[in-house]
Amino acid sequence: MTTLTSADSATPQAPAGTPAPGRRRGRGGVWRSFLSNRKANVGFGMFFVLLVMAVFPSLFTSVSDPTAPARFTPRLTPSGAHWFGTTSLGQDIWALFVYGAREPLIIAVVAGGLATIVSVLVGVSAAYLGGIPDDIISFVTNVVLVIPTFPLVIVLSAYAGKPTLTIMIAVLVVTGWSYGANQMRAQALSLRNRDFLESARVRGERRSYIIVFEMLPTMTSLIIANFLGAALYSVLAAAGLQFLGLGDPNSDSWGTMLYWADSQSALESGTAWWAILPAIGIAVLGVAFALMNYAFDEISNPALRPVRRQRGRKLGTRRRPGSVRTAAIAGGGAGNE
Amino acid sequence: MRYLLRRVGFFLLTLWAALTLNFFLPHFMPGSPINTLRAQTKGRVSDAQLEQILTSFGYKPHANMFSQYFDYLGNMVTGNWGVSLGSSLGTPVSKLIGESLPWTLGLVGVTTVLAFLLGSLIGTIAAWRRGGVVDSVLPSVFVVTSALPYFVVGLFLILFMTIDNTWLPSSGNYDTSIVPGFSPGFVGSVVKYAALPALTLLITSIGGWVLTMRNNMITTLAEDYIRMGRAKGLSDRKVMLNYAARNAFLPNLSGFAMSIGFVLTGAILVEKIFNYPGLGYQLYNAVNSIDYPMMQTLFMLFTVAVLGALLICDLVTVWLDPRTRAKG
Repeated sequence: MTTLTSADSATPQAPAGTPAPGRRRGRGGVWRSFLSNRKANVGFGMFFVLLVMAVFPSLFTSVSDPTAPARFTPRLTPSGAHWFGTTSLGQDIWALFVYGAREPLIIAVVAGGLATIVSVLVGVSAAYLGGIPDDIISFVTNVVLVIPTFPLVIVLSAYAGKPTLTIMIAVLVVTGWSYGANQMRAQALSLRNRDFLESARVRGERRSYIIVFEMLPTMTSLIIANFLGAALYSVLAAAGLQFLGLGDPNSDSWGTMLYWADSQSALESGTAWWAILPAIGIAVLGVAFALMNYAFDEISNPALRPVRRQRGRKLGTRRRPGSVRTAAIAGGGAGNE
Repeated sequence: MRYLLRRVGFFLLTLWAALTLNFFLPHFMPGSPINTLRAQTKGRVSDAQLEQILTSFGYKPHANMFSQYFDYLGNMVTGNWGVSLGSSLGTPVSKLIGESLPWTLGLVGVTTVLAFLLGSLIGTIAAWRRGGVVDSVLPSVFVVTSALPYFVVGLFLILFMTIDNTWLPSSGNYDTSIVPGFSPGFVGSVVKYAALPALTLLITSIGGWVLTMRNNMITTLAEDYIRMGRAKGLSDRKVMLNYAARNAFLPNLSGFAMSIGFVLTGAILVEKIFNYPGLGYQLYNAVNSIDYPMMQTLFMLFTVAVLGALLICDLVTVWLDPRTRAKG
């Protein structure tokens, strides 16, 4: 949001006659639409609960070192002392679950964020450079896009030995940026020749200034949607890797927890919660990102919104095909009537 | 025509890039495969044999990098994939893959096509009855199911269907007490054993199709030719299927090809959960036993699968959509 404000205050001399598209939306645009979207609220609520749990685990459990083996009697059934019982390694399942929220959240935010930054850099520079550099960048993007990601991640992690958190994040970023880069390039291409960029060029602004302060703010909702998508991918891929035993087996995270539960046959041996709790955790985190992501699709593409809110706008008054996203941006205020 | 040539060119270049990546990864990653393998095969094979095994999959410790690289490329293309270093040490990789390929093709192939068609149909109907019950409930439901990880869905299916009720088997690919063959008993058993993994893949992949088809349909329904069709007095059914769905379907085709990659992801995790002996399970085993030749070959095959699907979808799109032909 801060980029939006600075963009507004930094260009007071923008010609008054041509209101910059997207700028109209101003500070509260995207944010307000987000708040009024039910899917977004549900998703954000889920995310917030997990976030609190990850930041303040001691509020939820009194056990402070959940992975230490043999602290309690193994295979206890759920009771007041151990809400969801203990594992066959003698750990408290609830405490494992609470502390296990940290790593997936860090992976989601850091890997998702870095992948988005790479997407924006690659996509926007391809579109802006044009010509041969664009051809080369686009080709590389397309190659990375079609190479099957998860098998590559598996092979990479296998070569890296049991990867640490940093390596895991690096692998996820390397394999996760291409989809977004394609989208960013398409969006930047459609923005390239708009009037407000032309006017900035005529004013004699530098390229870097135009890209950062004129172009990127109009792409905010696409960038956020991209971040949410990349975060979702990272959570699921990391959990999948850890479940397959390709994570750090001593780390405390839901994926690792599932790996141990699976390898100790938790479902069959009466410690089913050991597998069920982390499964629910991963599912809730994934669903939270997916809901927020879909909400952003609805915000940037008004045609997709639940139909009751746009009554009176009948067929035929809609926009040209293929330009739904750009139309939503050019329409500026269309997002928050 | 030129369009097609360009697509084939992209296919070949990408394949080459993937193969090259596949070759250089083990060479530049920390930890030497030779040492790992030496430790792993300790006592089982002599040094000379080990060297021979390594050579057979293009890893010649003493040859120079370039000749190694070209030998490797040649071997990948001609099917000389070397021998497995995993639990069945010494078995040719091609033989192991031949055994597991039909299972993955059957399970994943059928489920993917089913999910694609079913999802597109549901999406079409949802968009057509805009604002109806189906349209208000389904998007949320499918956003949720498509975000669920394969292994979570698989675990819950095992929990509810097999532990408590023993309705459906949760491990393996057929009842081993039946002799394989085209008998009703064997086919029935194969279907029964495939039911849970197939259901897992279906639940997690159908949502994406419903949502993209619905969104495409909504955009298409706003077009003038839809009003035209209505004004002509054509039946709703005809407008919905021949006018709207046909056009909304096209962008989904390339999405379908891209999804082969995701489906392979699903195959790896789902086959691992249900111990289903397909290619995904082979990859899992290969990684656990550091079976480099197997890993390299499987990764190559997965890439070929995605690229092949993409090429076929390009061909189909050219055939269905005159505009792509005109652009040529």
